[in-house]
Amino acid sequence: MRGTVYFRRYWQLYALLVLPLAYFVIFKYGPMWGVQIAFKDFNFFQGIMGSEWIGLDAFREVFHSHDFFKTLRNTLMLNILDLIVSFPAPLILAIMLFEVKFQWFKRLSQTILYIPHFISWVIIGGIVYQVFGTQSGLVNNFLASLGFGPVPFLSDKHYWLFTYLATGVWQSAGWGTILYLAALTGINRDLFEAAEVDGAGRLKRIWHITLPGLKTTIATLLIINLGNMIAIGFDRPFVIGNKMVMDYSDVLSTYVYRTGLESGQYTLATVVGLFQAVVGLVFVLGANYASKKLTDEGIL
Amino acid sequence: MTERTSNRIFDTVNVILLTIFVLICLAPFFHIVAISLSSTRAVVSGAVTLLPIDLDLKAYRSVLSDMSMVHSLGFTVFLTALTTVFCMIMTVAAAYPLTHTKLKGRKVFMFIIVVTMFFSGGIIPEYILVQNLHLLNTVWALVLPGLISPFYLIILISFFNGIPNSLVEAAEIDGATQFGTLFKIILPLSLPVIATLSLFYAVGRWNGFQDSLLYITKTELYPLQLKLYQLVQNSMISDVTRNEGPGVLHSTPESLKAASVVFATVPILLVYPWLQRYFVSGVMLGAVKG
Repeated sequence: MRGTVYFRRYWQLYALLVLPLAYFVIFKYGPMWGVQIAFKDFNFFQGIMGSEWIGLDAFREVFHSHDFFKTLRNTLMLNILDLIVSFPAPLILAIMLFEVKFQWFKRLSQTILYIPHFISWVIIGGIVYQVFGTQSGLVNNFLASLGFGPVPFLSDKHYWLFTYLATGVWQSAGWGTILYLAALTGINRDLFEAAEVDGAGRLKRIWHITLPGLKTTIATLLIINLGNMIAIGFDRPFVIGNKMVMDYSDVLSTYVYRTGLESGQYTLATVVGLFQAVVGLVFVLGANYASKKLTDEGIL
Repeated sequence: MTERTSNRIFDTVNVILLTIFVLICLAPFFHIVAISLSSTRAVVSGAVTLLPIDLDLKAYRSVLSDMSMVHSLGFTVFLTALTTVFCMIMTVAAAYPLTHTKLKGRKVFMFIIVVTMFFSGGIIPEYILVQNLHLLNTVWALVLPGLISPFYLIILISFFNGIPNSLVEAAEIDGATQFGTLFKIILPLSLPVIATLSLFYAVGRWNGFQDSLLYITKTELYPLQLKLYQLVQNSMISDVTRNEGPGVLHSTPESLKAASVVFATVPILLVYPWLQRYFVSGVMLGAVKG
């Protein structure tokens, strides 16, 4: 009796949930179920159910492969370098923007600094080629005017690292200021005035008031970044990388694409993808645990 | 040095440095526009930096007369609109029931959804799923797999939760059904967040690339990004191999590639200034419960 009353009242809510839940079950849990491919000798004719179990053979093969460790190393290397270069950039930019007194200048610079975030990596790839190209690229033109020879920003793996990192800063630094600026508006204005009365200069105020005010935000963002160490987007390394710099540009996500969909080794590619998902999960949970310990606030 | 002068020096240096950063942000755009508007000779000689030399509109004329490029743009506009509408309908349909704390099974549903934020099957099982559903080379391969972003869903749920409960209760006393409450009370109050999330979905779809690379081989269904990628990748390879020695092909003129990049960038730059405040408020919403 009670149940029918409840249902008559709420059936519309369940009706609304049907399609969304179906979406999650089919398009999210479907692939999770498909992960068993990693333990099977998968081929298309027999399908997932029909293919034979091979236990951990594919894992053994992956963990003996040189390419796997190279892409794992590259993933960690690019992420760590990115963290070192790209992490402080928005913090510095945000403090600089916060100190600007002319509102119109502040707003204009913010608007412009956000733009690259909305440009796709494919388009950025096109721009990178035009800017860093050896023949007519902007940077090489500039270097030539100073009397330096062309620098192979796209074809030498060490210079390519610079290109990859610089592009990342360009794309994300402005956008990253938003969270810091939001945190900065939360700082009590009186603190700044008190410091001024006490005779603290601008740099001193930044050091003693602004930065401590951002401490929690910095810690949280740092932890999130560390949690994502093994995750790496596909578009950026794929579009900016090329055959000449594969030694550094081949990362886990591009490796999965290459072995799986270009060479048809579905089982091996699934193993690598599963490895990345499991290790990534451990990293994220670890980061959340650390965040709870340090800042009393979980990120989950 | 007095307090005032040191303050003034700080402000001046700060504004100058910020101006430099802003210019660095803009320079690549100017460069690519300049290349697209310059003659091939000027580009190859390396004379073009930030302003066009020997103004030449040939590149744009060829991009615009390339029907496949224009078709790709049209298809991408259609795809983006379709995806955004579907995503928003589904996200609202999921968010509204989940705001009802009394809903039986709510915790289970939330768990099912949140798990997918932290673990996924990976691209190979996803590809096989899309293939088994016979979605390869259809528009649906680009729409269905990304219908609901759990992250945006949580933003929407927390926004709905912020709407005063008394409004909902008053509607219920007046005899409104659940659908009635959703359409007459909740949605009209949620327009800002609906606009923000629609924009995020739209930008994501507009810029999306990997799924089209995996699922689409028919050229009529190439979104702009995939079309552009092929053009750009050609040029990257030729630039890279050019170092190895002479005699490498010059596939397409530089100015044509640059014009194509500009062509694909302009739509988003045109709408950007109007949408900016939504973008920013969206990040703030996300930051509340990130």
